[in-house]
Amino acid sequence: MTAPQQRREIKIETALGDRPKVEGGEVPAEKITIRDLKFFYGDREALHGISLPVYAKRVTAFIGPSGCGKSTLLRVLNRMYDLYPNQRAEGTVLLDGEDILAKSKDVNLIRTKIGMVFQKPTPFPMAIYENIAFGIRLYEKLSQPEMDARVESALRKAALWDEVKDKLAASGLSLSGGQQQRLCIARAIAVKPEVLLLDEPASALDPISTAKIEELIGELQRDYTIAIVTHNLQQAARVSDHTAFLFLGNLVEFGPTDTLFTRPKDKRTEDYITGRFG
Amino acid sequence: MTLYQRRKLANRVALGFAGVAAAIGLFWLASILWILVAKGVAGLDLQLFTEMTPPPGSDGGLLNAIFGSFVMTLVAIVVGAPVGILAGTYLAEYARYEKTARIGEIVRFVNDILLSAPSIIVGLFIYEVMVVRMGHFSAWAGAMALAVIAVPVVLRTTDDMLTLVPAGLREAAAALGAPRWKVVVTVSYRAAASGMMTGILLAIARVSGETAPLLFTALNNQFWSANMNAPMANLPVVIFQFALSPYENWQHLAWSGALVITATVLLLNIIARVLAARGRSNGD
Repeated sequence: MTAPQQRREIKIETALGDRPKVEGGEVPAEKITIRDLKFFYGDREALHGISLPVYAKRVTAFIGPSGCGKSTLLRVLNRMYDLYPNQRAEGTVLLDGEDILAKSKDVNLIRTKIGMVFQKPTPFPMAIYENIAFGIRLYEKLSQPEMDARVESALRKAALWDEVKDKLAASGLSLSGGQQQRLCIARAIAVKPEVLLLDEPASALDPISTAKIEELIGELQRDYTIAIVTHNLQQAARVSDHTAFLFLGNLVEFGPTDTLFTRPKDKRTEDYITGRFG
Repeated sequence: MTLYQRRKLANRVALGFAGVAAAIGLFWLASILWILVAKGVAGLDLQLFTEMTPPPGSDGGLLNAIFGSFVMTLVAIVVGAPVGILAGTYLAEYARYEKTARIGEIVRFVNDILLSAPSIIVGLFIYEVMVVRMGHFSAWAGAMALAVIAVPVVLRTTDDMLTLVPAGLREAAAALGAPRWKVVVTVSYRAAASGMMTGILLAIARVSGETAPLLFTALNNQFWSANMNAPMANLPVVIFQFALSPYENWQHLAWSGALVITATVLLLNIIARVLAARGRSNGD
């Protein structure tokens, strides 16, 4: 849990550079299996039957032009759409073989297993410590020293501990944008989820904060299954093992990131990644 | 004259009219405050806060009226604020989408009517349902009439302030597995706290100056009374009676009472504004 933080040198490679990653070999297990998923905003169908695996302890990127449904897809995976009565999903999403779209599933328990970080940092209007403790308290009763340890470990994993350890009582809102986003990541991993959903987690941040977040994703990958939505193709290429390209609510292509970026099978994928539209 | 010159002239004329209009509004406000201070400040002494309302021609203070106003306002807020907060919470947190949104719109509309309803009608209503049935005037009836006036104020501000809380904050809390009520109580309320406080303070300010709803309910009392089941003195009605009386000492007390109420309301409004400003600066 409290493995010493390995601070690699921050390095932003260009899109198809020599990205350090685990190559092929054995086929990873499917943590999430999406089968024939359709999604509706009222009467409008936004996803037209998507089937896709999300592999365990790998990073899967969803890319595509605005409005293609990539964020929608991500929000299905923790049933975020449940908050809005006019939105609904059809199809199957299996988490370790269990259908999380089933009405009988407790949506709050699903969300403790599948954490989410949003585009805009959303610290709660409370102390940094309380921001982390909030989620833990929902489902666990810890003694004060245990809670302190959990908060510290979450902040360390999110590479924020050194910056906030002396001001845990300060408001989460007093942090910079990049720090706020890492606080949100710490908050999400504090409840020990199995999957992390990242919805354009770095798009509101400056390049240095972005690099930190990307470095963090690389480290979190060892413990968590990660799905990330990004507008930034270089970012997808840098951080992900697999990439799904969505277009107009359809899955156009899915494959290992290297393959998809260097030898796309579909003309639309090629046009998109070479910048001809989107 | 070129088009540009004409535009500049039109600008000056419009600015002139706006300035005059603002000056007229401020003039009346300033003159009301000036007369209040000029006529009321003489009577502002310890006696005002320590002695009961006197019979005509002798010395006294406003202690029983100040106490009565305080107690009835307190009860009104203790009863009215929770109702307003809960109703506002329903509107902002639950009646946002689809089917319930229609109910929300209706409730909001009715609440706006209640917000601007003449307060004398609220007084008559409580007279009918409480005073007539109980057979006598009472401080309870007065407090309930004031509570009915406080509810729409608190409801409206709670609704507005919770609506301002970004949806992303609720989603973030829900994404951690927090049930709906927990999201509302721990995250939405916290984010909107200073705004909701402001609403309650504004309700206190509004209620503490109301006269009409108390005329038919709490009535008045010449003597000290802490009995909620009996008529109770209160500042607005005392001012109303004393100001209309032919006795000079009563008229002086009315001026001082008016100054006390105005100063209290002004202070509450200033606190409300400071709170609201602080909420904005450390809000989103």
